[in-house]
Amino acid sequence: MVGSGAQRMRRALAGLAVLSLSLGIAGCGARVDDAGGSGDTAASCVDTSGDSVKVGLLNSRSGTMAISENTVYNSLALAAEQINADGGVLGKQLEIVAEDGASEPTVFAEKAQKLIQSDCVAAVFGGWTSSSRKAMLPVFESNDALLFYPVQYEGLESSENIFYSGATTNQQIIPALDYLKEQGATSLFLVGSDYVFPQTANKIIKAYAEDAGIEILGEEYAPLGHTDFSTITAKVRDAGADAVFNTLNGDSNVAFFKEYRALGLTAETMPVMSVSIAEEEVGGIGVDNIVGQPVAWNYYQTIDTPENQKFVADFKARYGDDKVTSDPMEAAYTSMFLWKAMVEKADSFAVPDVQAAADSVSFDAPEGTVTVNGDNHHLAKTSLVGKIGPDGLIYTEWSSGEPIEPDPYLESYPWASGLTG
Amino acid sequence: MDTLVTQIFNGLSVGSILLLAALGLALTFGQMGVINMAHGEFIMAGAYTAFVVQQALGAAGLSLLVSLPLAFAVGGLLGVVLEATLLRRMYHRPLDTLLVTWGVSLVLQQLARDVFGTAGVDVPSPAWLSGPVEILGFTFSRSRMFILLLAVAAVTTVVLALRYTSLGRRIRATVQNRQLAESSGISTRRTDMLTFFIGSGLAGVAGVALTLMGSISPNLGTSYIVDAFLVVIVGGLGQLRGAIIAAFALGVAQSWLEYSTTASIAKVLVLAAVVAFLQFRPQGIFRLRTRSLV
Repeated sequence: MVGSGAQRMRRALAGLAVLSLSLGIAGCGARVDDAGGSGDTAASCVDTSGDSVKVGLLNSRSGTMAISENTVYNSLALAAEQINADGGVLGKQLEIVAEDGASEPTVFAEKAQKLIQSDCVAAVFGGWTSSSRKAMLPVFESNDALLFYPVQYEGLESSENIFYSGATTNQQIIPALDYLKEQGATSLFLVGSDYVFPQTANKIIKAYAEDAGIEILGEEYAPLGHTDFSTITAKVRDAGADAVFNTLNGDSNVAFFKEYRALGLTAETMPVMSVSIAEEEVGGIGVDNIVGQPVAWNYYQTIDTPENQKFVADFKARYGDDKVTSDPMEAAYTSMFLWKAMVEKADSFAVPDVQAAADSVSFDAPEGTVTVNGDNHHLAKTSLVGKIGPDGLIYTEWSSGEPIEPDPYLESYPWASGLTG
Repeated sequence: MDTLVTQIFNGLSVGSILLLAALGLALTFGQMGVINMAHGEFIMAGAYTAFVVQQALGAAGLSLLVSLPLAFAVGGLLGVVLEATLLRRMYHRPLDTLLVTWGVSLVLQQLARDVFGTAGVDVPSPAWLSGPVEILGFTFSRSRMFILLLAVAAVTTVVLALRYTSLGRRIRATVQNRQLAESSGISTRRTDMLTFFIGSGLAGVAGVALTLMGSISPNLGTSYIVDAFLVVIVGGLGQLRGAIIAAFALGVAQSWLEYSTTASIAKVLVLAAVVAFLQFRPQGIFRLRTRSLV
């Protein structure tokens, strides 16, 4: 290939463009339909005749979400090991079939299809981002299979084929707002990543604020993966709200909190309530940058119950003493025990039997007792607000005291009527 | 007035970060014409060097200063290994270079995941760099101030080295006319390697600076590689002053647009402006054929 330098460069740049274009197309993924739209409800091929039964774990083991989803995979694997050591489910040992969702919603849909149709698993555990769940939903509905989804999310969804073991909005965001109001906050600044969860969460927050007489002084969204928060933190500082409500996701939190502290803002001068920062993330942000800030979840590693002490000890014994446990990990761990309880109550692995038996199945989880709501397939769970301590762990500051019934469509909140209608 | 000063400072600061990330690329891509997709991972390697140094030394202030030269060496060595094993075989095949270095970047990311774990790590800033500093009644972030000074220092060093040292003269000669340089007795092979060492080393330095700003995770490089290429292309290949102007122009534009709109809109507008600009000046701010380097 003989060519002038400029020509070569132009060709190379064209190659660069083609490469990024093809990556973009792969990312957009129009193939969800292939995986989920076939509409065949073939009879389940789950084989329960032997002394083992297959379950699917579908987490991102690679790509940008691997950082979070690997920890969920670990706690699911731990739950399966413990269930097996304890005699299995209905006397059958669990056989794990693990697939990598690769941080791509389309891959999640394809792998879910494979787990259900080729591996014939009795249930699938996994998913993290809302887009991965939305991509898998038609697959599970058309195949009439079961997904256990372990992460807090934006609500406004309930499928017969999904059990949601993380919090919905009225078990995390609304209690967090109640807490801020109780602390005397009369104005808020909203900062979030630019995608479905923060946008929906902020709609709810604004409706709540209007009803409660809290002023919203600003609302800023940063693209996912945004690394420079100098301008956004300047806007936050200039607005001078009583508190910030943070729905940023992933690495952006690190840049945001470093910038926040560099401007001299602290938990005392302007607290930042976060709903996506758990024990796992605190290390990466740097304890110094975030100490004293409030976060809202349903589980902290520091919860002082025998169930949690055992969970933390088992997890550390299995994966290393330096590991921490967080809310999504605990919710995933809990979801497998809930499935076991449902199957044993139904005395059957068949999906319709499990669905019928699900209502009011409960489990003494590390976070406290959780109970399945048979109508919307969410859990009644206790809400907590914690503060990040100097050791990087989160300590409970406020608790709802008792489990809050899940209300994914916020039907019991009059101020939210405009959101769901 | 307050906003004006703050946003100008923020713009310059964003520009200085872009410049640090792109400076090495301006040498390897701009001068040598090598499309190195693994440049971002050299930045990441620099950031993890700072992490390792701090784990070993403890004291944040001392380890930051030790990290800077060490990260330069680590980035540079990675660059030389890449150049000596792979790139030298494909100087005339830019498309293959693109794919090979992209593969190398994936390998390096996975390596970082295996060694340091998938979760991000933290390098605490030294006390003299945390918090704000007040100048003439305006508050500025100390770490951003430091990065701005570091960027200016790095650029000045590179510019002076290219202009006044014998290595700089060899680099310029090789870039301008490889055959003539060779026939004048310059070992272009050695020069290529040294240029690549310096360019990659600067990526390592950028990595140390970024530990003050954001997350240190295996994906660190991917956040900056596109912006770095953007700066070099807008600035014009073979041009350092183009890259300097482009970095600060993009930084100030991004900050201003972000203040008056939102972060997402600002990104779109800046990219649209770059596309429009390249329609009129496909060669960037400065053209390759000016025969001057700095």
